Amino acid sequence: MSGLLAYVSRRLAVTFLILLAVSFAVYLIFAFLPFDPATLTCGKNCNDPGIIEANRIRLGYDKPFYEQYWVFIVGLFAGRNYGEGAAAIHCAAPSFGYSFQQHACVTDLIGEALPVTLALAIGALVLWLILGIGLGVLSARFRGRVLDTASTIFVLIGTSLPTFLTGLMLIIFVVIKWHLLPFPAGGYSSPFEDFPGWLNTMILPWITLAFAYAALYTRFVRSQVIETSTEDYIRTARAKGLSEGLILGKHTLRAALAPIATMAGLDFAGLMGGAILTEAVFNLPGLGRLSLGAVLDYDLPIIVATTLLAAAIVVIMNLVLDLVYAFIDPRVRV
Amino acid sequence: MSLLSVHDLRVEFATPDGIVKAVDGISFDVERGETLAIVGESGSGKSVSNLAYMGLLPKGKTKITGSVTLETDNGPVELIGMEPEDIRKIRGKDIAMIFQDPMSALHPFYSIGDQLVEAHQAHNKVEKSVSQERAIELLTLVGVADAKERLRAYPHQFSGGMRQRVMIAMALMNNPSVLIADEPTTALDVTVQAQILKLIADLQKKFKMAVILITHDLGVVAGAADRVNVMYAGKLVESASVDELYAKPKMPYTVGLLGSVPRMDRPHEDRLTAIPGQPPSLMKLSGGCAFAPRCTRKSEVPGNKCETTSPELIQISTGHYSRCHLYEGKTK
Repeated sequence: MSGLLAYVSRRLAVTFLILLAVSFAVYLIFAFLPFDPATLTCGKNCNDPGIIEANRIRLGYDKPFYEQYWVFIVGLFAGRNYGEGAAAIHCAAPSFGYSFQQHACVTDLIGEALPVTLALAIGALVLWLILGIGLGVLSARFRGRVLDTASTIFVLIGTSLPTFLTGLMLIIFVVIKWHLLPFPAGGYSSPFEDFPGWLNTMILPWITLAFAYAALYTRFVRSQVIETSTEDYIRTARAKGLSEGLILGKHTLRAALAPIATMAGLDFAGLMGGAILTEAVFNLPGLGRLSLGAVLDYDLPIIVATTLLAAAIVVIMNLVLDLVYAFIDPRVRV
Repeated sequence: MSLLSVHDLRVEFATPDGIVKAVDGISFDVERGETLAIVGESGSGKSVSNLAYMGLLPKGKTKITGSVTLETDNGPVELIGMEPEDIRKIRGKDIAMIFQDPMSALHPFYSIGDQLVEAHQAHNKVEKSVSQERAIELLTLVGVADAKERLRAYPHQFSGGMRQRVMIAMALMNNPSVLIADEPTTALDVTVQAQILKLIADLQKKFKMAVILITHDLGVVAGAADRVNVMYAGKLVESASVDELYAKPKMPYTVGLLGSVPRMDRPHEDRLTAIPGQPPSLMKLSGGCAFAPRCTRKSEVPGNKCETTSPELIQISTGHYSRCHLYEGKTK
């Protein structure tokens, strides 16, 4: 157990170093993109040098690059103040900076967007795992039969259709033509305040995302199950006289699904960077839409923050996956 | 009546290129307490014939005919054509198997305790603790020290020889009357091979099991078997007691096999003799003897008979059978 603790702390230290390097790389945006952040702060048609220079000092863009970066890092841990006196703005730790387009602390903006993306990603993940694993196992079991062929067609459609098309078609048919679901109210409501409303908002985005991923997972699970069932230890299980249910449910699936844990973890982490198309189609105020807006508005602090966040999630997810994998496969335990 | 009686067993695989007769009408009996060795090259049908009546061959494109009867507590049963659920109840209970590579034959994700207990639970409606006791008893019996502690260990924490001991313990969980050992020592070190063979022999005496030892290693056969069946291209080509076979091999293939085994009692200047050529493709068998293309003595048979007529299995002397035109008309 102490071995595990040492392992995790070692990995956390490495994770921290990786994130530091990523943050530095991302912060280079400020230094080398051909935009002057101070000019951007006062809007597209602003030509008043006085306001620009005042903002430059207020937001700290007058300092050299390395000093800005240092202030950014300190702000992550200690929070940060912009300006002085009555007009001062305080962004509490962890401060990712101040969005001069949205006039808000970036951390607060992320705090609003993150739950939306989290809800979208978790819901979609659950759906596509159920669908992908279920269909994959069934088509492996009934290989070459009608069900397998049907799932191959599903896979073909799922991988071919882009999410924005699936999403729009779902809205057009399910909501507008067939009235199967009420027209979702704009924006996003918390599940703790209005659960049915939240469900109504999220169900189509979940299906849209899950459809694309479930197709890939079906294919992968199918080939994993087929491959595993030719293993010697499956023959041993059969030679012992175990029931087919036990052989599939216990012996085959455990080995076949181990790599799927890795795949699902990384795909989930990828989605946490923001499912930009899906969020845009369904008008969900998640991280994807936040990043998209930031890119279109040259809102540099938000771009830095969302990029760093996405990187952090991927790196941390990798650590979690390694720990989960050790739980699944005793051979990699430390 | 024999414990296990195989009669005219045939196994055919449908492949895109045609039908492969992997096992082409073999018959043999195995008695209680006896060790029957089945010897042959890869693809001779020695493994497939046993997997076939155990119901362990992939379904669908496999055709199995013939008859295999097993004497059980509830009287004789016919294994060929049995319902999957019924043959499942035989597997691991009346007939148990151990395999070639004990690393890949044990599930890497489950502790050996789990895998042993599961084998017992599949055939006995008892508490898990009872199965666990049985597992400890058998692990101790096969020579795993600290059996109780080792139940929690995983296969990768054992050496190859120890893993095979675990496999043997697992096979014996339900006191089977027949143990099929499919190349049990091929993946092991030579020193460990001897230990495992001795262990199987000891346990066989203790439990009065019949052992079917499938191997290509005639060195293993000499020390372990009572009787030997030699297989070639899906057919039984020679069958005799182990002493008779080593002293008076008849079929040229058997002679060739024995000549290719290094022996301590042979002058060391002698070179090992190899059998020329390759085993035939099971899809392109001619009407003649399958071994004819490689046989050095076919010219002794008049009239090109080896190339045109498939020989029958004939009795050479009591308990010694051979499938060769050379001995036709010379039977006692």
